[in-house]
Amino acid sequence: MEITFQLNGKKITRSIESDTILLDLLRELKCYSVKRGCETSNCGLCTVFVNEKPILSCSTIAARVNGAEVVTLEGLQDEAKAFGAYVADEGAEQCGFCNPGFMMNAIAMFRENPDPTDDEIREYLSGNLCRCSGYEGQLRGIKAYLAYKKGEVQNHVTQ
Amino acid sequence: MLRFKQYYRVETIDEAYELNQKKANHIMAGNLWLRQQNRTIGGVIDLSDLGLDQIEETEDAFVIGAMVTLRQIECSEALAQYLNGAARESVRHIVGVQFRNLATVGGSLYGRYGFSDVLTLFLALGAKVRLYHTGEVELADYVDQKLDRDVLEAVILPKKVEGCSYQCIRNSETDFPVLTCCMAKVNGVYQGTIGARPGRAVLFRDETGLLKDGINEESVAAFADYVRTHVVTGSNYRAGAEYRRKMSGVLTKRALMAIKEGGLN
Repeated sequence: MEITFQLNGKKITRSIESDTILLDLLRELKCYSVKRGCETSNCGLCTVFVNEKPILSCSTIAARVNGAEVVTLEGLQDEAKAFGAYVADEGAEQCGFCNPGFMMNAIAMFRENPDPTDDEIREYLSGNLCRCSGYEGQLRGIKAYLAYKKGEVQNHVTQ
Repeated sequence: MLRFKQYYRVETIDEAYELNQKKANHIMAGNLWLRQQNRTIGGVIDLSDLGLDQIEETEDAFVIGAMVTLRQIECSEALAQYLNGAARESVRHIVGVQFRNLATVGGSLYGRYGFSDVLTLFLALGAKVRLYHTGEVELADYVDQKLDRDVLEAVILPKKVEGCSYQCIRNSETDFPVLTCCMAKVNGVYQGTIGARPGRAVLFRDETGLLKDGINEESVAAFADYVRTHVVTGSNYRAGAEYRRKMSGVLTKRALMAIKEGGLN
């Protein structure tokens, strides 16, 4: 079957099998930020936006995005660069494998709730598993980035 | 992995119903846990274009489309206000936001899953389901029916809930629940559910009037004891049957006291 969708602002038409998984299709299209993690709908590594909502691409049939707008981290370079610098500055990345999925979901949170509490951050990102960091560095990175965005502090990290 | 040869994006519920009469076809809801199955089916029927992804509030009910996601339930201000946050509380522990943006109410109820927080909630609230062929059926009856080939269109939540509270126990946040409980006062009568026993949720109505004089320490203890002694529990790798039995009384007590304090969780 043939599907057409927007991928990072670019129109894509592709012939796929009926049961092709979105994760596989996106990696075929060279969106390598979309990681293959648990594939059991738990870890959040494969997070992408479909029609502006964060979803798990390992658990989405590619046929379902026909006519939809799909965004991966490749399509959010500016936001990712700005936020990523704060994450790195807090030492929140170790192996970095979970990072693209974490960044996508964090950006979804910033859009939905620009001023989250610590508990709201923890809850929103509870579907993004990290086996290295213990999450505290990520939390510090998010808070530092939000403080910068609100103008509470000057940018102090190298982007 | 689940494999299939055909993908049908239907335009009418009638089309979905007709396709679903073929045993090789299955309706696709959230389509989660694709990789945890190892089978090949003929085709999947996608209801995404049928407008079943809306929560409508009428004078006497909420009509929740089968394709409404758990995230929509979580974020619905109208449901939050009506149920004092119980709907949000029932789904917010389920995996993560990305998962809840995919998982649907229809998929959760059609499967009658033992672990289902959603079934625990709606069963306690006296909800009905609207099936395309059969019409409206009480959820309490639907859960006991065998899986069939009808199409679940919507969940109907009559506005008869006077208070409710949702409680659960999990070994770790975002994991499947060890035990779930929802207590509600519906149409003047208290009733509640215990789910993740690990079997599917079961309903307990205050048929003997243990709570007829309202919620106080004695009546709560009596009803919690009734639930604890009558609930059938089992063991799995999350918890033992006896632990679940004891905790069913504890959660019932907590839920009733929360209703007394305003239904907040």
